[in-house]
Amino acid sequence: MFKNAFYLYYDGFRSMVVGRTLWKIILIKLFIMFAILKVFFFPNFLATNFDTDAERADHVLKNLTQPSSNNH
Amino acid sequence: MIEQIDLTMVNWARATFALTAMYHWIFVPLTLGLSFICAFFESIYVKTGDEQWKKLTRFWMTLFGINFAIGVATGIILEFEFGTNWSNYSWMVGDIFGAPLAIEGIAAFFLEATFFAVMFFGWNRVSKKTHLFATWMVAVGSNLSAVWILIANGWMQHPVGMTFNPDLARFEMTDFWALVSSPVAISHFVHVTSSAFLYASLFVVAISSWYLLKKRHLLFAKRSLTVACTFGLLSSLFVAYTGDEHAFHAAVVQPMKLAAMEALYDGEAPTGLVAMGLLNFSKKPGDDQDPFIFKVKIPMALSLLANREIYSFVPGINDLVFGNIEQNIMGVEEKMVRGKLAVAGLGDYKAAQNVGDQLAASKALTLFEKNSDYLGYGYLDSAEQAVPYVPLIFYSFRVMVSLGTFFILLFLVYLYLLRKDQLEKQPLLLKLGAISFFLGLVAQEAGWIVTEVGRQPWAIQDLLPVTIARSNLDSGTVAVTFFMFLILFTALLIAELKIMTKQISIGPEGD
Repeated sequence: MFKNAFYLYYDGFRSMVVGRTLWKIILIKLFIMFAILKVFFFPNFLATNFDTDAERADHVLKNLTQPSSNNH
Repeated sequence: MIEQIDLTMVNWARATFALTAMYHWIFVPLTLGLSFICAFFESIYVKTGDEQWKKLTRFWMTLFGINFAIGVATGIILEFEFGTNWSNYSWMVGDIFGAPLAIEGIAAFFLEATFFAVMFFGWNRVSKKTHLFATWMVAVGSNLSAVWILIANGWMQHPVGMTFNPDLARFEMTDFWALVSSPVAISHFVHVTSSAFLYASLFVVAISSWYLLKKRHLLFAKRSLTVACTFGLLSSLFVAYTGDEHAFHAAVVQPMKLAAMEALYDGEAPTGLVAMGLLNFSKKPGDDQDPFIFKVKIPMALSLLANREIYSFVPGINDLVFGNIEQNIMGVEEKMVRGKLAVAGLGDYKAAQNVGDQLAASKALTLFEKNSDYLGYGYLDSAEQAVPYVPLIFYSFRVMVSLGTFFILLFLVYLYLLRKDQLEKQPLLLKLGAISFFLGLVAQEAGWIVTEVGRQPWAIQDLLPVTIARSNLDSGTVAVTFFMFLILFTALLIAELKIMTKQISIGPEGD
């Protein structure tokens, strides 16, 4: 059964035509998203700027109770 | 014009989110609908044993695969944006969204992923029935993925089954079933998924019409059209029914959205529905100007749609902003007073907790809890801020409804002419059919504009405005990512169009 499952994927990937191009696009897209965008442009704001959940909660509570009037 | 656009961080963040969501939504509904259409085609193949149906199924499955591959993971970018641009919001709703999205990840994604390989690689390797089962499971799995994200969106439109924890600044789930059985979330899900079925049907109609126009693959095109038009007609009728339910719920929980959809400023009993109209763009809440330059109204129809009673009162924007004592409607200004008490209570509670004054903390908490239903109004500077941008919602709603009506007629005419075997003799109609997919895309996006712009200024209805939901970031940083996404998504779209058109020009014989 495992052999059959393996060959289903193995032969399937080998015989792909359009699929090869699509996999290239998927891999390039995932690389751009996770290795470039996520790392350099989309850090998690609270995870990056605060060390503990208590500090994160305090920060959000501060925003809720003293909303900044300075809308950058 | 450009100098009038407000380029604050929150608006760049909104624009980036809107751009991402709109691009994402080009691919998603096609996946949802085309997966079922492929399952219908393959079911006919298994039932009849006709190899032409198999060829047809494999062709549409290839297009489904192209769309899936290009669209997959584009939704993850929305999650990046939550963490970066909307960190306050993400923190506050983490407990609510965690459960539905975890269920989506475990149940739907794995169901989908497991059967995907069988669907694409399993032809001639597994039995016909096993392959058909895999195809159906991909369709069910794809649509299950949509259930949870739309329930989460439904919660933002009508937050239920939760309580606010003032120590952690988080909404915490108290009743999972209230969340998943919320009528707003359910009507939202069925309306969105049925519209996706309609959209995918139009995709098949457009390509098949093009083949008929080119006199290529005639039997293939007619068979595809028969199934797609039947599915499309049933879906579009269901879209109309669920759309009515959706608006009915909006009348109860988001009356401002409904008033904006109709550009209804002064409520009446009974209230007519504006079938078509030209808006006066300078109209503002509370002034004496006529909101319309001209309009055609269906008497009493809005009362019937909103309240299911033809003589009932439907509140307008002015009633909701300034209040209407006669109709027992609290105005935004009064809600703002209560909201500011909630904000003050939360601040005092935190301050009292910090110095260990339990009595003061308890009093402050009582004040907060008494007014917490109006928390979001405490952050508004003026009552008019509670009004979304009316022209965009009014016209988007009419574009969506007009196109929805047109699609019903299109499917009916197509089915009639297919039955009479006269369709290929109607080049004008076929040209209309060939562009219908793009009209379907316009209707899809217009629907989301009504849903999302219509609930502004709220990230969470009545509880959290977008100005507070955002992160404390500089607008320049967010603006850069907006243009990066514009480039990335445009490249993806070009790639999809290029691969898709190549495959379509090859046709089913190329398999």
